[in-house]
Amino acid sequence: MSALNIKKGSTSHSAYDLRDHNATVIESHTLAVIVENEPGVLARVIGLFAGRGYNIDSLTVAEVDHTGHRSRITIVTSGTPAVIDQIEAQLGRLVAVYEVHDLTAEGPCVQRELALFKVAGKGDARIEALRLAEIFRANVVDSTLESFVFEITGTPEKIDAFADLMRPLGLRELARTGVAALSRGA
Amino acid sequence: MTKQMTGAKMVVQALKDQGVDVVFGYPGGAVLPIYDEIFQQNDIRHILVRHEQGAVHMAEGYARSTGKPGVVLVTSGPGATNAVTGLVDALMDSIPLVVLTGQVPTFMIGTDGFQEADTVGITRPCTKHNWLVKDTAKLSETIHQAFHVATSGRPGPVLIDIPKDVQFAQADYTPMEKARVQHYQPRKTGDAEQIARLVEMMEQAERPVFYTGGGVINSGPRASALLRELVAATDFPITSTLMGLGSYPASGKNWLGMLGMHGLYEANLAMHGCDLMINVGARFDDRITGRVKDFSPHSRKAHIDIDPSSINKVIRVDVPIVGDVTLVLEEVLRQWKARGSKTNKAGLTKWWKQIAEWRAVDCLSFKNSEKTIKPQHALQRLEALTKGMDRYITTEVGQHQMWAAQFLGFEDPNRWMTSGGLGTMGYGLPASIGVQIAHPDALVINVAGEASWLMNMQEMGTAMQFRAPVKQFILNNERLGMVRQWQELLHGERYSHSWSDALPDFVKLAEAFGCKGIKCQDPKDLDDAIMEMIRYDGPVIFDCLVEKHENCFPMIPSGKPHNEMLLGEADTQGVIGAKGAVLV
Ligand SMILES: Cc1ncc(C[n+]2csc(CCOP(=O)(O)OP(=O)(O)O)c2C)c(N)n1
Ligand SMILES: [Mg+2]
Repeated sequence: MSALNIKKGSTSHSAYDLRDHNATVIESHTLAVIVENEPGVLARVIGLFAGRGYNIDSLTVAEVDHTGHRSRITIVTSGTPAVIDQIEAQLGRLVAVYEVHDLTAEGPCVQRELALFKVAGKGDARIEALRLAEIFRANVVDSTLESFVFEITGTPEKIDAFADLMRPLGLRELARTGVAALSRGA
Repeated sequence: MTKQMTGAKMVVQALKDQGVDVVFGYPGGAVLPIYDEIFQQNDIRHILVRHEQGAVHMAEGYARSTGKPGVVLVTSGPGATNAVTGLVDALMDSIPLVVLTGQVPTFMIGTDGFQEADTVGITRPCTKHNWLVKDTAKLSETIHQAFHVATSGRPGPVLIDIPKDVQFAQADYTPMEKARVQHYQPRKTGDAEQIARLVEMMEQAERPVFYTGGGVINSGPRASALLRELVAATDFPITSTLMGLGSYPASGKNWLGMLGMHGLYEANLAMHGCDLMINVGARFDDRITGRVKDFSPHSRKAHIDIDPSSINKVIRVDVPIVGDVTLVLEEVLRQWKARGSKTNKAGLTKWWKQIAEWRAVDCLSFKNSEKTIKPQHALQRLEALTKGMDRYITTEVGQHQMWAAQFLGFEDPNRWMTSGGLGTMGYGLPASIGVQIAHPDALVINVAGEASWLMNMQEMGTAMQFRAPVKQFILNNERLGMVRQWQELLHGERYSHSWSDALPDFVKLAEAFGCKGIKCQDPKDLDDAIMEMIRYDGPVIFDCLVEKHENCFPMIPSGKPHNEMLLGEADTQGVIGAKGAVLV
């Protein structure tokens, strides 16, 4: 499967872009960035965000096309529409970047994140944690008499909600992968 | 047919294949194998600099005056870190450079070895792209790719870090034609529909203005030719940024002069009052826009730029055209002719009448003196006495730079090299040497301030060694003049550390270097002294003692819009508010 097979939607530079560019409202956007899997490429992308003062709310990266040396970086960022456009353009001019897609602007997309929760407790709290985990379709991937490690997949909001519930029940540690995202449809 | 060779030999071979005739560099342990190869050939000339920053600025001067990429070779660690300022300078002004740095051997990377520095890490944000080559088999292809990246799309500096063991090892040489460069092919042709919109707007415009920049020069001489043709076809007024001077001739009748913070009154007011702004290869820099909120409030704006990120970065435009200036202007002219386009004659006549009124203000006028040399006067004389010569000008950074931009006229592109985006003091002297190396018979003058000039004065040694007869025309006000001007206007005339104390005797300094020194302080002697400088067959350090407290006008104070420009001393009372003082 080619990592490059992403549907092109209406980009911000399209003549049919009807967004208000002077808007000062902060939007959250998920970007998919297809890059050459070469040393330092992640540093380039992160350095660009740090150097130009853009936000990174979440970032994931992994090689998705071994023969083509392509990695996919998924970045959740936030800013005004003008800033989001600049981020897209600035990413696009990096030599190691092949494609930039604003998944949020290009149409509906699915977003998933994986998280591991270590919850320690006894008695009722322990039972309640297990019951909630079932409701959230979290799996138990490690267990002692006094602790569980739950594995949960979902949107960032779902994981946030689960974290809120686990906190009073003995949440000890939380590890999140950051968002992976794909546009919907073929 | 591939050929086995060492990495060091590959470097020289690849440079030859890329048509490189000169390299500016400085040796050290980590590049000795490459220097060994340079020793054993005669096709590529090596210019030994005195400081690696000088090498990069020389390569910039070479590149800006020829349109070809400049090449630099330096050693690891301090060699590479000394090159950093030049890299950023080239990045900001979009100058194509290929910089080769030595690195400790691959097996020592990460051990804090002697003269090890994380060169690719340090220079990542200072280059368009950089590479650490850990395998000799990839070296030649990387060098070819580097030239491609440096010169394609928006040009810029690239860096290749080459560990010493990679230079010694053998591998197959990848010839230029075999190097893979397909992945980096920036868009060059502009969108024909957007161009059609622009042409239509040009037909209707009542108060149009061309606002051109360094992109015209970077696009090549044909871009300037097309620009001139378009200006002639439309009779629109044209102004340019500091970086774009020469793309339209200063003697051309539609020329308004430079715009921006120290730009001409007529140029800035035309920008403020226009109804159609056609930005050709400029980037709405803050020295140009002044207060963004009030920038050219009544105009529709078109922006031609090869870098999509330049468009809508600072100023939102109505007609974005991503493409190479040459190709876009070709299409604009083609459509203009095909449609039999006519301009709005009535509107234009009124517009030119308005411009004539602004011109009549004569914003560059200054009070001349018979006792002391006014810096503006010195430049007027330099202009008069060198006009028509095969002349190249470089500058340092400060008031003298702005006066040079105001008072010298450029008839052609690639004749004016100045540090625009970064404003690097110490740029001009080495840049002038780079220009002279590329144009041995031309008259190359560095218009300098005494403070800037001292920053890289060691390069006079390079000028001497390589017989580069560069003329260092120092407007010596014994002040960090531009800093002093801001302190006068913004900081209650508290001149904190803005004077040049303990200056050397420049004439003796010239003698020490073995070149000619000229000192001039009487306006009456100026012409003869300048002629003496021009006629001297060799480098000259010209110490021109000028008025110490002259301010550079016009000036748009930071944080002010174009129409609140200061024209002279009388305008300067309490001009920059607290908000403006925060800006640089
Ligand atoms: C490397 C560097 N350091 C500091 C500055 C800030 N700066 C801008 S102009 C200037 C004064 C330049 O003095 P001089 O070269 O004598 O030129 P003048 O303004 O007097 O013509 C200074 C310090 C700079 N541009 N570059
Ligand atoms: Mg000075």
